[in-house]
Amino acid sequence: MSQETSSSLKTTPLTNTHKELGGKLVPFAGWKMPIQFKGVIQEHQCVRDGVGIFDVSHMGEIEIQGPSAKRLIQKLMTNDIDSMQDNQALYTLMCLEHGGVVDDLLVHRFSEDHYFLCVNAANTEKDFQWILKNAGSCDATIRNTSHETAQLAIQGKHSEALLQKLCEAPLSEIRYYHFKKEKIHNFASIIARTGYTGEDGFEIYVDAVHAETVFRAILDAGKEFNLQPIGLGARDTLRMEMGYALYGNEINEESRPLEAGLGWVIKLGKQEFIGQVELKKQKDAGNRRKLAGIRLLERGVPRPHYRVLKNGAPVGELTSGTFSPSLNTGIGLCYVSPEYAKPGTELEVEIRKLSVPAEVVKPPFLPTRVKKD
Amino acid sequence: MEVPQDLKYTQEHEWIRVDGKKAVIGISEFAQEQLGDIVFVELPEVGSQIEQGSPFGVVESVKTVSDLYAPAGGKVTAVNKDLETNPEKVNSEPYGEGWIVEIELSDETNLESLLDADAYSEQCQKETE
Repeated sequence: MSQETSSSLKTTPLTNTHKELGGKLVPFAGWKMPIQFKGVIQEHQCVRDGVGIFDVSHMGEIEIQGPSAKRLIQKLMTNDIDSMQDNQALYTLMCLEHGGVVDDLLVHRFSEDHYFLCVNAANTEKDFQWILKNAGSCDATIRNTSHETAQLAIQGKHSEALLQKLCEAPLSEIRYYHFKKEKIHNFASIIARTGYTGEDGFEIYVDAVHAETVFRAILDAGKEFNLQPIGLGARDTLRMEMGYALYGNEINEESRPLEAGLGWVIKLGKQEFIGQVELKKQKDAGNRRKLAGIRLLERGVPRPHYRVLKNGAPVGELTSGTFSPSLNTGIGLCYVSPEYAKPGTELEVEIRKLSVPAEVVKPPFLPTRVKKD
Repeated sequence: MEVPQDLKYTQEHEWIRVDGKKAVIGISEFAQEQLGDIVFVELPEVGSQIEQGSPFGVVESVKTVSDLYAPAGGKVTAVNKDLETNPEKVNSEPYGEGWIVEIELSDETNLESLLDADAYSEQCQKETE
């Protein structure tokens, strides 16, 4: 248990609401956040089977606007934003010169000279400073709008039907990784068809001042769909089942993103960007290791930093590990040398000195159900 | 929060129900609540010896892993096999079907150092403040 005192923790506009709803608040990345409401497994199933709502207002938002905005973002990001259309979102990495990851984030394009980034909570200030430093005197206004923005994630197969009750614009027209500026319950919002669960769903951004009103309106509209508030505990088990990387676990300033299987968001052929030279070298040299999905074949719960063995000899350690409520078994992610990363490879996870048999599987651990076109 | 009067408790949140030389051990309502969804209970072998204050098993929840400390020493006479397939019983019935082991007490004076229900309730109260 963390010893952080609650007074030093940041709160979201919904912290008191969570308490009222029975949420168990814990310190997370400097924030006081609900880890669970009814229970992690029940909440997990609620999202997989129906719909759930998450307060993810701890996530950071950075707005970049001006004639040089596009050039600046193109220089900072590994993915190619050149072909982005208005109202499109793109997953990307922001890297250091040596190829380590500053953050993984979403770029949203309002127009050719106006964007906003959704970044990891714990990295918000670091990212903001990094962007400012690299912007130099370029002609763009960079604002950290995190404190005035609340973010809610509505995830699960009923999310569109639910949100449609509060929104006049047809949400079916918002495709995966696209967004629209629309009103929800009469409040200006950005509605993006994105998420971190592997289910169809939306992430919406509203003014912090209206967050509680909007949150309660959604809860109310969600009654017929058995909507529940979901804590960060289930957020983690949901993302783990999809094998999504988590900053601080799978990727950090020292890790190599190509080894994390993130080559699909690293466009080495695009215009110059920070980290390009080093990442090219890494690509040419080939991966020393690869991030593999690991599934336990016997009972037990793998956790971060547990050792992974091959015939009793250590071959890596878990970056993430948890119990998968959908599979009813332990799952994890681990960097191993490429020879052990092939699906079907038999490995072991060391749990309290016992070697528990496991096998390598290719993530996602279960099929994703996001709304691809 | 339920804290049955007829049980004794440890500071680590185990309970013990004594019946002559035999005693049944489990974890409290407070403990299961703190742990959240329990998905795995590592049980000792029947016939093994457990010692007061020492770990004799492990409870894994989705969120965390926690050792089980023996409220008293003795020989394990039974373990709750049902928990292998239904570990969530520790959440739903911590004082009933969610029991963990049964022991034959080796030294009844062990019980003297345990907390009664009122003292234990008070401790839980403090921990939530």
